[in-house]
Amino acid sequence: MKLLIFASRRLGRLILTIFLISTIVFFVIRIIPGDPALVVAGMDATPEAIAAIRAELGMDQPIAAQYVQWLWNVVRFDFGQSLISGQRVITLVFQRFPLTLSLAILGILISIVIAIPLGVISAVKRWSAWDYTGMAFSQLGMAIPSFWLGIMLLLIFAVKIPIFPLFGSGSIVHLILPAVSLGIARAAIILRLTRASMIEELSKEYVITARAKGLTERMVKYKHALKNALLPVVTITGIQLGYMLGGAIITEQVFSLPGLGRLFLTGIYQRDFPLIQGGVVFVAIIFSLINFIVDILYSVLNPRIRIE
Amino acid sequence: MKFEPGMNGEARNNSNKNTNADAGNNGELLAVQDLDVSFELQRGAARALRGIDLSVRSGEIHGLVGESGSGKTVTSTCIMGLLPTPPARINGGRILCRGTDLLALPEAERRKTRGREIAMVFQEPAKYLNPSLKIGEQITEMLCLHLGMERSEAIERAVELFELVGLPGSKRFLSGYPHELSGGMKQRMMIAMAICCDPSILIADEPTTALDVTLQLQILKLILQLRDRFSMGVLFISHDLAVVHEISDRVSVIYAGKIVESAVRERLFNEPLHPYTRLLLLSIPDAGKRGRRLEVIPGRVPDAEHIPEGCAFHPRCPLAEKICSREIPPTVEHSEGHTAACHMIGKKWIDS
Repeated sequence: MKLLIFASRRLGRLILTIFLISTIVFFVIRIIPGDPALVVAGMDATPEAIAAIRAELGMDQPIAAQYVQWLWNVVRFDFGQSLISGQRVITLVFQRFPLTLSLAILGILISIVIAIPLGVISAVKRWSAWDYTGMAFSQLGMAIPSFWLGIMLLLIFAVKIPIFPLFGSGSIVHLILPAVSLGIARAAIILRLTRASMIEELSKEYVITARAKGLTERMVKYKHALKNALLPVVTITGIQLGYMLGGAIITEQVFSLPGLGRLFLTGIYQRDFPLIQGGVVFVAIIFSLINFIVDILYSVLNPRIRIE
Repeated sequence: MKFEPGMNGEARNNSNKNTNADAGNNGELLAVQDLDVSFELQRGAARALRGIDLSVRSGEIHGLVGESGSGKTVTSTCIMGLLPTPPARINGGRILCRGTDLLALPEAERRKTRGREIAMVFQEPAKYLNPSLKIGEQITEMLCLHLGMERSEAIERAVELFELVGLPGSKRFLSGYPHELSGGMKQRMMIAMAICCDPSILIADEPTTALDVTLQLQILKLILQLRDRFSMGVLFISHDLAVVHEISDRVSVIYAGKIVESAVRERLFNEPLHPYTRLLLLSIPDAGKRGRRLEVIPGRVPDAEHIPEGCAFHPRCPLAEKICSREIPPTVEHSEGHTAACHMIGKKWIDS
């Protein structure tokens, strides 16, 4: 019951966030220099042609009317048409989204699988070989730029030892190298956090109680401490996933993957306003949605949060 | 039923190998003998316990009183086997629980005694309960582990235990979390967890210090009730003499890692022998002393790295003479069951 109230309150916050983002996007697009009609019509178009295009885009309306129209469009998930290709923005986004989604999920899975066990072992066996391995990994993971890692992975595992395809997309095999290169940087962060969090929890008083109760060390560490230690990890992992869902521009570029990142990048180059506008709102919605899910998950793990 | 002292001596001689019989004869559930613990620090060694003797009999509440830093908590954590070694080091002594030397047990065996034979209640229940495990789970996991109960059986038992300590023992209550409980309820839950496997010894380390006065009384009453019901031995650790007076059958006073005086409650409070005990008693505020300045013992407890030569209390002692700074006073039994360690007893300090 408490969980239900908590969830509906968070849902309200989610809707508010999307509304605010849409508003900000609407006004920012109109403040920054550059006339979309000019882009469509070309530099040497006649004023009449430009005016016609403005009318077609609805830009001759008063700003308040445009704003209301925009919000209504957001509610209907209708972000207009691309100025360049003429396709609906939402269609373009959903063409690219499955790839970005699978890349992000695979990337976050790889980082979780590496980071959480290694982080926990590093904390439990501090200053052991495990711990040093973990720390070295996390230092390197954070220091290496992901484009360099991507190129190296391609050179080694696609060129020298051709296990994976050099480019292309469409199957999971194409996604493994990019997911690894994305995942390792994330793993570095998650590993550090897991280790620090687990060390902190192991020094808490309730761990003494757990030992005084005669529980086995395994229960003390992996039942009592770990559950609390994972709380901040869930939040950070969720945020990382949210970032990745906005498209990994550099990684997609390196592996020539047609994901959201590249779509938006070309959109920006071509001043494709409806595409940028729609893309930003779409990413914001996805990000808020992930946050919402993480909040719910967090409150399931941490009962104290529900009463706030 | 207790044996005569003479027989006791006999039995003790015969049973040095078989420590079980030894403890059985004394009726002692727990006997700490000459326990010596130090901490290895980078600066050097800190002597936390310098030969502690303590015993708890079945159905007895033994109060251990001392100022902070005197070694109370080291004593309790060492008995529980929760002292991290290193930095701590146990230099000598024995901790006999129903005759078995706990210090000689391998960790795997020792673990099984925790919560089962000896259980502990801590000072701040809010910190010592796991915030993200359900109330029921925190108690049933012990029942399943130590007593091999099935989950459903453990849940039933948990309901009974919670009712016993004055908590609503409903299944609904079991599926709540500690943060939903008040401070007093948390401590009751802690106590329910401690007694759930019917331990013979309960160590209560300042169990009422974090609670307000009305709750303190309730918790003390609860401990007394449970002691009577299960005839547990209780080691009750506190800095608060008034609380110790309220609850204990026997009281030991600890100072700088050594027991300086030990006696049954009435004797200790009415005829204290050690100057430290006397000064402690004078420092208890009470209504009769209203309007007068409260007595304060000058100085502080020495820290474990800088324990004075001779009697550790001599720098603060109003009666100290030369010998006090040179020789550690032996612990002498001045009357039956009343021991104290002071050079001046019977010399300067004649009962006034």
